[in-house]
Amino acid sequence: MADVMTRLEPDTRAAARGLSDLSIRNLFIIPTIAFLIIFNVFPLIYSLYTAFTDYRASTSAPANWIGLGNFRELLNDPNIWRNFTITAKYVVISVTGQVFVGFGLAMLLNRPIPLKGLITTLLLLPMMLSPAVVGLFWKLLYDPSFGIINFFLGLGKFEWLADPQMALWAVAIVDIWMWSPFVMLLSLAGLSAVPKHLYEAAEIDRAGPFYTFFRITLPLVAPILMIAIIFRTMEAFKTFDHAYILSTQPTTELIAIRLYKMAFLEWQTGMSSAFAYIVLIVVVAITNIYVKYLNKAKAR
Amino acid sequence: MARIELSGINKSYGASRALRDLNLVVEDGEFFVLLGRTGAGKTTTLRMIAGLEKPDTGSVSIGDHDVSGWTAAERDVALVLQQYSLYPRLTVRGNLEFPLRAPGRKFSDAEIKARVEKAATTLQITHLLDRKVERLSGGEMQRVSIGRAIVRQPSVFLMDEPLSALDAKLRESLRVELKKLHSDLGATFLFVTHDQVEAMSMGDKIGVLRQGRLVQVGTPADIYERPLNTFVARSVGSPPMNLIDGRLSGGMADLGKFQLPVAANARGEGAVTFGIRPENVVLAPGAPGEARIFDIEDQGVVKILVMDMGDARLHVTVPAGTHVQRDEVVRFGWKADRVVTFDKESGANLALG
Repeated sequence: MADVMTRLEPDTRAAARGLSDLSIRNLFIIPTIAFLIIFNVFPLIYSLYTAFTDYRASTSAPANWIGLGNFRELLNDPNIWRNFTITAKYVVISVTGQVFVGFGLAMLLNRPIPLKGLITTLLLLPMMLSPAVVGLFWKLLYDPSFGIINFFLGLGKFEWLADPQMALWAVAIVDIWMWSPFVMLLSLAGLSAVPKHLYEAAEIDRAGPFYTFFRITLPLVAPILMIAIIFRTMEAFKTFDHAYILSTQPTTELIAIRLYKMAFLEWQTGMSSAFAYIVLIVVVAITNIYVKYLNKAKAR
Repeated sequence: MARIELSGINKSYGASRALRDLNLVVEDGEFFVLLGRTGAGKTTTLRMIAGLEKPDTGSVSIGDHDVSGWTAAERDVALVLQQYSLYPRLTVRGNLEFPLRAPGRKFSDAEIKARVEKAATTLQITHLLDRKVERLSGGEMQRVSIGRAIVRQPSVFLMDEPLSALDAKLRESLRVELKKLHSDLGATFLFVTHDQVEAMSMGDKIGVLRQGRLVQVGTPADIYERPLNTFVARSVGSPPMNLIDGRLSGGMADLGKFQLPVAANARGEGAVTFGIRPENVVLAPGAPGEARIFDIEDQGVVKILVMDMGDARLHVTVPAGTHVQRDEVVRFGWKADRVVTFDKESGANLALG
């Protein structure tokens, strides 16, 4: 038996032991990389190319290189700037709302209360729903004649989605409803990491609740809250599904909706690629500013 | 006046009883050390006095007031914790000012500055005042934490193992400083520790806690020389008191293989437990006791010998110059007047019973 083992090739022995490093590489890493290249890296590079052409995916006409033409046209289009303004307003409303509601919920939950686990889980439900479904049932909730919101708030036949001024708020409220739980979850993690003895020391030092909140709670939760804000800003920038379903008002035409229309209704493939790159640069820039603040908050 | 009095305190957490009928008096200006193992109820006692926990039954009074119903903020005590509990993101100065700027205290800016400077000078942290607390070492943090306690000039200081997280050298120097601080301030100190060296070296009085009961209260000398029972005897001293089962009859301790004399006034008869401190065992040629040396620990000033007597081990402290070797068989006796006798069953000191 012993000399059968010694006569075996090294590779065979490794295989007998289980998976060798080489086969792990072949099994897991190669498919992952192939997938990434086909679905992420290739489209990224290809769309960068089409951004500089007049390519239309709906025709068989060859793509012509037009240099910065698309970018020039987009940046000179006042309608695009309007889309950006609407999106900025939407992002500010919805992220601010999510931070206040989410952090508030976390403060309420960060104490011993009965059924805490169940309440937390129930509060997380909106986050787990499909945005398209959320859009559809909120449309019913907002309905001026039979919607439950007007019924409870006693607003009569108030138009949430048909009113051009209100529609953006209505869309933002849905986003707040859906994503506050996310901010709550991260805030809860941050809050429960604040050492209890600090609060005791503050109590003995006669610090009031406000002083304690601004001096102890907030500084310690700030970094994780910042992470929540970064995530939510990036996501809010890309909002499409529920906004598209809820309202067709021009006042709620977020950049993602404009981009969708440009690419798949108007078939301006080259132009929409350029637009997508502009959005990408804006999101990266905003994220960078946040990350700078995050590092500052952590360093302090 | 800041005499602390706890009477008839009981406290349970669910099924476990943290404190059982605790009565404790700390006199004004005293440095009182509560000594006990983890879970003995030391911290609970301290938190009860600070007002962070409410007793199930019993009352707490500080000075002339029954403070049982008072909140922590109303009691005006200072608390120093093992974890330092410094306020994050603030400078050392910010931390020291914190209690003075709290709502309900009215101090002028000049007064605050003066108090902070004074506390900083006392604790030698003046050069750190403008540094953020995250950039301090453990020893510096604990100084700031003590500083935050002294700026308020409270009459009672409560300290929950403030030195346990520090390294040995720092612990020693802060021990000396805390004692000096105590004598300078003249305030009442209640200091909680599991370290018997801290208890012995710092306390005016020591209270030994065991499973929520106060076993013995006394000066360090009382506790060391006249322990109430075998538990206290083993709680202080390093190495702790040797306990040997034997028989006492006619002024002689019968330890099985040999007999050693005890003082004439020794109490007890028949089966008892003899207690002898390691430094009171003497190696001498021709002495009645016989043991084999099991281990030698050289501590520089002294050597600690672990001697094997067959059915029991004996710790002995001898001068560093003593020449002994492992496995060597030596003869020993003890100082007869230093032998303590305990009841074999209950462990109670027979001389104090």
